[in-house]
Amino acid sequence: MNRALTRISHEILERNKGLSALALVGIRSGGEFLARRIAALINQIEHAEVPIGELDITLYRDDLSLRKDQPEIRKTTIPFNITNMKIVLVDDVLFTGRTIRAALDGLMDLGRPSEVQLAVLVDRGHRQLPIRANYVGKSLPTAKEESVQVFFKELGQVDRVSIIPA
Amino acid sequence: MGLNRKDLLTIAALSADEIHLILTTAESLKEVGGRDIKKVPALRGKTVVNLFFEPSTRTRTSFELAAKRLSADVINFSPSTSSIVKGETLIDTARNIESMQADIIVLRHSSPGAADNLAGAVRSSVINAGDGWHEHPTQALLDLFTLKEKKGYIEGLTVVIVGDIAHSRVARSNILALTKLGAHVRVVAPPTMLPLLIEKLGVTVYYRFEEALIGADAIIMLRLQRERLGQALLPSIREYANLYCLTPERLQLAKPEAIVMHPGPMNRGVEISPSVADSAAAVILDQVSNGVSVRMALMYLLSGSA
Repeated sequence: MNRALTRISHEILERNKGLSALALVGIRSGGEFLARRIAALINQIEHAEVPIGELDITLYRDDLSLRKDQPEIRKTTIPFNITNMKIVLVDDVLFTGRTIRAALDGLMDLGRPSEVQLAVLVDRGHRQLPIRANYVGKSLPTAKEESVQVFFKELGQVDRVSIIPA
Repeated sequence: MGLNRKDLLTIAALSADEIHLILTTAESLKEVGGRDIKKVPALRGKTVVNLFFEPSTRTRTSFELAAKRLSADVINFSPSTSSIVKGETLIDTARNIESMQADIIVLRHSSPGAADNLAGAVRSSVINAGDGWHEHPTQALLDLFTLKEKKGYIEGLTVVIVGDIAHSRVARSNILALTKLGAHVRVVAPPTMLPLLIEKLGVTVYYRFEEALIGADAIIMLRLQRERLGQALLPSIREYANLYCLTPERLQLAKPEAIVMHPGPMNRGVEISPSVADSAAAVILDQVSNGVSVRMALMYLLSGSA
């Protein structure tokens, strides 16, 4: 996981030619940890701080009125103005693309970034929307019925990705 | 995780866990009110009906704003312009509103139990925005939210509630909510304004304001309801103000960082002196802005179970 994140950090710096007007926004909750780790790695490489924000997409979900179990709302904390910034959205697993659609809507309500890019740890396929990641840690072929879970040391677990059979 | 209920009728029916869930959801939603574009799409396509049978500016506007920030459509009914004047009953009015696909009905009514009665008759979620002398749960929730925001926690705080406890739905809901979360509640009022057996609710009764204030973390002042003056509860407003007005001198008796709350509308110079109302200790306007976040949280949480 660390190697994949190191590669993503380098790719982000390469593509954006440095850190100017760049910020990371993690999608709660997995993306939040990943954004912090990428920021720390970028700091090691460039010796400079990159602003980090956290985005909760619950209020923007397209299945809010369909679900029986109601998702908990957590805080959105983006301590900088995103207008005219290059924003790298960070999430753990890219699946149907619906979370990213919600995140894009949530982000646009907060301002007008000059560009939005997407970094994910795992791309497991089965997209339902025309969405593609700019930085992928690992492409993981899965069956639709399986689920993919990422464990984080921030939550007291051992860093790993596992495929849970249906 | 959601609130597993259709309606919010009383604080009495809520568990401490449910109250905490409402407060943390409101904390997350508060950020929306600070944005340039104060709107999220969570309740898009839902309809909220404000059914207010008693005058109200603050509460009705707060509910309306909360619904609009969640992108719901809002309809305001007031009795003077509706068919109530033609003799329609509350339940019939509400059923008609429900037939227009209302998802949430916010009810304020002068009869205790009106919201409960309505909730049993319609499928829409019902939120009690005050029923007679009974309860005003959203006011208590926003008071808890403000208290937690300013003090960081609620358990163990000493909160003094001052004024006409017997006729105040705000006092009743606050007593229930604060004691559920482990705060120490003191009530202070002239004996004519304290209901019999109030100490059964787990509060300590005081008659002298000064004694009650010693060691207080927060003071909730209730509005002196002038309309009750004819009911022999008080000799005069002036005497009440002499004994129970929160003045800067009295506020000195509480803890140095004590906060002052008031549900509004205030009678300046009666229950609260203008210099206290405008002091740094007063969080009265924070209560108003927090009211919107708390009502957004409730509408969001109730919409999940409807």
